[in-house]
Amino acid sequence: MNSRITRLSTHALLILFGIIWIFPFVWMLSSSFKSNREYLGGGLDLIPDAIQWSNYKRAWEVANFSTYFNNSIVLTVAVVAIVVVTSALCGYALGRVNFKGRTLFLFIITSTIFIPKGYTIIPIYMLIKQLGLLNSMPGVILAEAGGAQILFILLFTAHFKGMPGELEESAEIDGAGFLRTFFRIMLPLSTPIIATTILMQFMWTWNSFLTPLIFTLNTPDLRTLSVGMFSFIGQYQSDYTGLTAAASIALLPVMIVFIALQRYFVEGIAGAVKG
Amino acid sequence: MSRAVNTASQTDRTYSRLLKRETQKKLWAYVFILPQTIMFMAFVAYPIVMSYVYSMYEWNGIGPRENFVGLKYYGELMSDHIFWNAYKNSFLFMLTTVVTQLPAALLLALVLNSPKLRLKVLYRTTYFLPVVTSSAVVAAVMRYIFGQRNGVFNEALMMLNLIEKPVPWLSSMDYALFTIALISSWKWLGIKLVYFLAGLQSIPNEVYEAAMIDGANRRQTLWYITIPLIMPVGAVILMLSVVDGLHAFDLVKVMTDGGPGIATQTVDLYIYTTAFAGIPSIGYASAAGIFFGLSIFAVSLLLGWIVKTANAKGGK
Repeated sequence: MNSRITRLSTHALLILFGIIWIFPFVWMLSSSFKSNREYLGGGLDLIPDAIQWSNYKRAWEVANFSTYFNNSIVLTVAVVAIVVVTSALCGYALGRVNFKGRTLFLFIITSTIFIPKGYTIIPIYMLIKQLGLLNSMPGVILAEAGGAQILFILLFTAHFKGMPGELEESAEIDGAGFLRTFFRIMLPLSTPIIATTILMQFMWTWNSFLTPLIFTLNTPDLRTLSVGMFSFIGQYQSDYTGLTAAASIALLPVMIVFIALQRYFVEGIAGAVKG
Repeated sequence: MSRAVNTASQTDRTYSRLLKRETQKKLWAYVFILPQTIMFMAFVAYPIVMSYVYSMYEWNGIGPRENFVGLKYYGELMSDHIFWNAYKNSFLFMLTTVVTQLPAALLLALVLNSPKLRLKVLYRTTYFLPVVTSSAVVAAVMRYIFGQRNGVFNEALMMLNLIEKPVPWLSSMDYALFTIALISSWKWLGIKLVYFLAGLQSIPNEVYEAAMIDGANRRQTLWYITIPLIMPVGAVILMLSVVDGLHAFDLVKVMTDGGPGIATQTVDLYIYTTAFAGIPSIGYASAAGIFFGLSIFAVSLLLGWIVKTANAKGGK
């Protein structure tokens, strides 16, 4: 009896705090369907009088969120592709081949996590500028993809290292070369790691703010959703419902992907701290 | 006789084929690490080195870098009140997030880790949800929620009779920094929760069984088994939280942009403003970045040392 009361009250508390926890998102969604007048007088009432799709239309067309949305997609897809390919290739070489300089390579990339860095976005900005890629999408992509992939390299390395040697040998006996073994045998067996990498990098890039902010200071047409949100505040300060609609446009895709695939997100992040 | 020679040359051939295969493998390995190496050199190693170099030049980022000033900027930083204000703010922000976030995350992890609890995944998903959202976008929504007039937070507090008149959460010098820090705690608690859960799940079941056989009750198991065993993971989580907490930018930039006045300006925001707004001073911004980077490094070393000595004592 006693334990049942404990259990029920635990659930009650978890649910109560859970509702408070996600209240900002519920409120955002609810406000995005209200009219500005209802918003100002509505207080805590979460059910809109009449659904106002015009807020979304305004955010999408007038406030340019269609452009921002496209930019976010282009940036995220490109960065995720670059990161998956480069870290999978690198992890395979490190995990399966004992080449000269392997230990040194691993030592150098892991030690950069610990050494005190400066404000490295400034040299990256200057580098992109020297490459002539300032004010262009490829410039933003490079700046965003170039950073810390150490975690993914280590995940791939550990994964490929743990695969049985017989797999490789039997492929070689069948006459498969290095490339064929990698693409036909090893890579298809790495889908969990690839999925983790895609999800985590997707989340980071989609939500990234500082890098796209710096690289699109003079080019509004290249802005992503996060940066677009920031310029929205400056331009349409008092369009409350337009802003909440814009925020819903920016947040809902990631939230839906997360809820659908939450297990992989959580396992990836837990694996990152354990490994 | 001829047969033996035959076998020998065959082994020889197999051996040389294997050798060739090994060499080829190594060559391919270099090809495979090449893209990553280029990226690493260009976007990790080079920027780290250059941020030290830049800090010794007077330079606005345009034209050649000629005016070497040595450590002049580091000296100027020491007497820059605006920088020290940001420095203090960054540490206050970090302390607020660490003190509020870690105990809450640990408590929640302990509750969610109990084997009999149902709906675990639902709760975990709920508390993790803010983590996957964009800080900048969340910040824009939070500006409204914590607004002084028409802010939902104030309205809710007034409805519950907890306050009499609206509180200027984001426009008061005294509250703004703490308000943003608490929002940051809310935003990132889920990730700390998952870290703690991973740590709790790595405690082997046999330990609990042994404690049960020895007649330990739940509270004793918690205090003498779970908490001590989670400490090493806890130390790593603390370290991560300290470093993350010191790099507050997205939320602050969008919610107050350092205001009111410079009450919420953090070091990252200060450097950003120095480097990218108005007349840029790349050298000075870089010096501030290096100095702050070294400070964080020192804090991590100190924390690491404290954790190590505490563990050594606890072990005995």
